[in-house]
Amino acid sequence: MSAHRATPAWLALIPAAWLAVFFLIPFAIMLSVSVAHRVPGGFFEPGFEIDSYARLMTPFFGRILMTSVAVAAGAAAICVVLAFPFTVILAGMRARGQTLVLVVLLAVLSLSEVIIGFSLSTLLSRTAGVGNLLAWAGLIAEPRAYTPGLFALMLGLCYLGLPYAVLVLYPPVSRLDPELGEAARIMGASPLRVFWTVTVPVLRAPIAGAFVLVFVFTLGAYLLPQLLGRPRHWTLSVHITDQAIFQSNLPFAAAMAVVLLLVSLALVGVSLLLGRGGARA
Amino acid sequence: MSRLGRAFVLVILGLLLAPLVVVAGVSLNGTQSLRFPPVDPSLRWYGALWSNADWMAALGNSMLIAALAGVLAVAVALPLALHVWARDGVVARALQTLGVAPFMLPPVISALGFLVFWVSVGMYGQMTATVVSHAVFLVTLPLVTISLGLRGIDPALIEAARVMGAGRWTVLRTVVLPLIAPYMISGYAFVFVLSLNEYIIAYMVAGFTVETLPIRIFNSLRYGYTPIMGVVSVLFVAVALVVFGLIGRFGNLPRLLGAERARE
Repeated sequence: MSAHRATPAWLALIPAAWLAVFFLIPFAIMLSVSVAHRVPGGFFEPGFEIDSYARLMTPFFGRILMTSVAVAAGAAAICVVLAFPFTVILAGMRARGQTLVLVVLLAVLSLSEVIIGFSLSTLLSRTAGVGNLLAWAGLIAEPRAYTPGLFALMLGLCYLGLPYAVLVLYPPVSRLDPELGEAARIMGASPLRVFWTVTVPVLRAPIAGAFVLVFVFTLGAYLLPQLLGRPRHWTLSVHITDQAIFQSNLPFAAAMAVVLLLVSLALVGVSLLLGRGGARA
Repeated sequence: MSRLGRAFVLVILGLLLAPLVVVAGVSLNGTQSLRFPPVDPSLRWYGALWSNADWMAALGNSMLIAALAGVLAVAVALPLALHVWARDGVVARALQTLGVAPFMLPPVISALGFLVFWVSVGMYGQMTATVVSHAVFLVTLPLVTISLGLRGIDPALIEAARVMGAGRWTVLRTVVLPLIAPYMISGYAFVFVLSLNEYIIAYMVAGFTVETLPIRIFNSLRYGYTPIMGVVSVLFVAVALVVFGLIGRFGNLPRLLGAERARE
């Protein structure tokens, strides 16, 4: 490690000040707004009251929070289950093939939720896509639509989360010492057995990390629940935006965002702990 | 296993590409309908996009925001990465966390934070607000790529320049910056593409005054689907494929995404 310091210490003040003003202060303002007094029809006036948080304690919002968590956890589990073997195979491919797959993954990852929602609802619609194809093949009598609904929503969230899961798993998987697996193969283990008894246990910390990251990521999905789900599938993110923009209730929106933030931070903390435990073991 | 494995990868890639293929097909419909395979294929909706002032205005907004957000994000990430490089301490670690955090939280939270911030300073609804918000939200990406580039620099090079009497700024200008330039460019490209596609922050910060392409697509989805949305989606996919394809062609994408251990 070189002791070379490329830039004088004061130069760090620029990014530090920038992030403090435009990242930390917005969060501080959000915290203060969440306990501010709502002025119906206007924005809010400063104050300290917990009305907005109290409103969150009703069964209605409890159900929304449960729905959000259940939907995001389900999507994250499916993503990781699919992404892990995918990444293991990807990391074993030749450099050229890897680059090609990575280009496709990055292109899909960067796609706007609007476009994913539009594409999938077209794919699942009656006139273009799956329903049409199945009817043509004679599997179903009449073309039908598969959207909106829970199935379409889960599909959309998995589409959103899968490239993310692969890219999070990619560094640890590709750095895995190939000799570990080879040793097991020499001892007579089948490839599938190596996968389950060597690859998965060694990488359980990154797997847990990927699950949490995709979970947090899909928890924040805003457009897909509206485009692919029914109103009862609306997640906390949809309600936050709804309260902030259409109901002009910023304190309540801020309170929900603070709760979502705490849930996310708690999960990231858990994954860091798991990661540390895995490294020690 | 290897053949089975390859089949698995191909099936997943096929599933990821299926909706995009359908959308590309839909964009070729000759009539105002969403049929697949397209009825009466024509490129008329591609022409319609260019001649529609509203869509072009949204496209212009999106491009301008993405281009400026990329510059700002790299300008902030560069000194941060340089500072953290070869420094280890509470300040460096705090800065690193601060730089990585924006991208790790659900975007809706940052979006609401930005909304209340811009309302408080009286800049709600201005394009500057969207640009700065995107630059902060996406600063993580150039930070990661530039840090990766810095870790790959051979210390002997810097040592040599030092021995020859080069000062700190000369070393930075003649050795370090040229070596990390590709990583700055790819960091910029990541911010550009993701800003182009970003919806929730742009919507919360200035959704009613500065219409970007994703916002325009979502607004028009409410009034029914037209093939023109397919055209715009094809455009987005094409931009992303070209940008990442170029990075893959001229750079080392596996390494950029953390595949190999950085040279020590």
